[in-house]
Amino acid sequence: MELSVRGVSHFYDGLHALDGVDLDVADGETCVLIGPSGCGKSTLLSIMGGLLRPAMGGVETAGPAPDGCLNPLTYVFQDFALLPWRTVAGNVLLALEHHRLGAAEARRRVDDVLALTGLTDFADAYPKQLSGGMRQRVGIARAVVVRPAVMLMDEPLSALDAQTRELLTDELIAIWRHQRTTTVYVTHNLHEAVRLGDRIAVMTRRPGRIRRVVEVTLPREDRSKRSAAAELAALQDELWGLIRDEAAVADREVARV
Amino acid sequence: MSEADKPAGPVAFRGGGFNPRPKRWAPWLAFAIIIAAWQGASSAGLLPDLFMPSPAQIVAALYGLTVTGAIVDHVTASVSRIAFGWAIGAAAGLAVGFAMGIWSLARSVGIPVVSALFPIPKIALLPLLILWFGIGEPSKVATIALGVFFPTVISAYAAVDGVPRNLIRMAQSFNVPAIDIVRKIILPGAMPGILSGFRISSSIALILVVAAEMIGAEFGIGAFILAAGNLMQTDQLVAGVVLLSLLGLTVSFLLGRLEAWLLKWR
Repeated sequence: MELSVRGVSHFYDGLHALDGVDLDVADGETCVLIGPSGCGKSTLLSIMGGLLRPAMGGVETAGPAPDGCLNPLTYVFQDFALLPWRTVAGNVLLALEHHRLGAAEARRRVDDVLALTGLTDFADAYPKQLSGGMRQRVGIARAVVVRPAVMLMDEPLSALDAQTRELLTDELIAIWRHQRTTTVYVTHNLHEAVRLGDRIAVMTRRPGRIRRVVEVTLPREDRSKRSAAAELAALQDELWGLIRDEAAVADREVARV
Repeated sequence: MSEADKPAGPVAFRGGGFNPRPKRWAPWLAFAIIIAAWQGASSAGLLPDLFMPSPAQIVAALYGLTVTGAIVDHVTASVSRIAFGWAIGAAAGLAVGFAMGIWSLARSVGIPVVSALFPIPKIALLPLLILWFGIGEPSKVATIALGVFFPTVISAYAAVDGVPRNLIRMAQSFNVPAIDIVRKIILPGAMPGILSGFRISSSIALILVVAAEMIGAEFGIGAFILAAGNLMQTDQLVAGVVLLSLLGLTVSFLLGRLEAWLLKWR
């Protein structure tokens, strides 16, 4: 499924958050959104997911959803958004309960995604018993179980430590290989951006606009190889060059607010 | 000598204390000491029986109440008034509190109305309720229900309002229907706050049942205490107070079990 953002502007309490954002995300593509703090990345993602009504402009989807898709636009949240009173399996099942799947089919789907995310042994655990990394695996399993057409990921790894981030980055790549979806991935981590993105949309500071879209030509599976390190580092430098000055100004602005 | 001037050597531990832990034997020992001292003072003639009966006399009074079966009549009367009044007040309070937690209009109307009525001591309304409902059971049950209603509204409203919005947005992002969001997200999310509200409202119900029973009741622990006081039967009077204490402890224990069962995820 394709996603197009057309002329989206937004205001928060008089602050101009987004200013005429246009962005196209192709079917099956992973588009990473980066930009200085407070540039409206997460706001734009909320608008894309229909969780926030833009002041101007709109978002369109086009093209068919994959077979068995129950929830075309599906979120993965930075803070995991797990129900503490439900077990791991119960949290994943929440996404299916209001669809008339039948208990056996729902159970089969849950078991499949728990296996895919390495959570089978933790199916009956409560979120408080899990590490941050395991909690986000539950968040990812809950998103994957509905076979989304578009995954909207709002800094999904930013609450995790560096080692867990590396592990989960590899796992995400494996999951996308298994279940190809269109993905919009918000992050402030440039390393994550160059590892995961097919294209990287760089935003300006507030009011956020798309400053430039950078393509990553290297195949995703090859990016963890030692031979790719120099190319990715150069790309990271290029991205940092695009946001560095803006990030410095935005940092001072955030301090003033 | 300042810290900086001390010679180098082993690092002294300085991180202890400020870490209270429960000691299981301590409360039993404390109770035993208090009761023994009390009994000792009574036996030595330091406490006149008329003003403060001894523990042994209180136990004897409780035994007498049990043998005659009077204890059952009084406790049953009080417990059924609490049960009816509390159930009506809590159900209405939960409904209003949820409405205020979920809908803007209910919140805008509810907060000023509840704030204005909450501080009224509900026992002051008993004479009015007797005028409306008569001296019998309905006025007593209504007093308890009113007393329970307001704290339940406030705790339910605060609990619903405190359910993290990100969980609701998450459910919306999966197109979970609104009624299921209330059932599966808001209700369990608000449950800890609702249950602590139940603790407060049950103690209010206990206070109000005693007060209500002191006006025009034949049976009930409050009526029994008042009658014992009028006859200067202080052993009976304090036995009634002990019954109230046991009733409060039982309710608290049952609520604790309910919490352990409903909130086992915490």
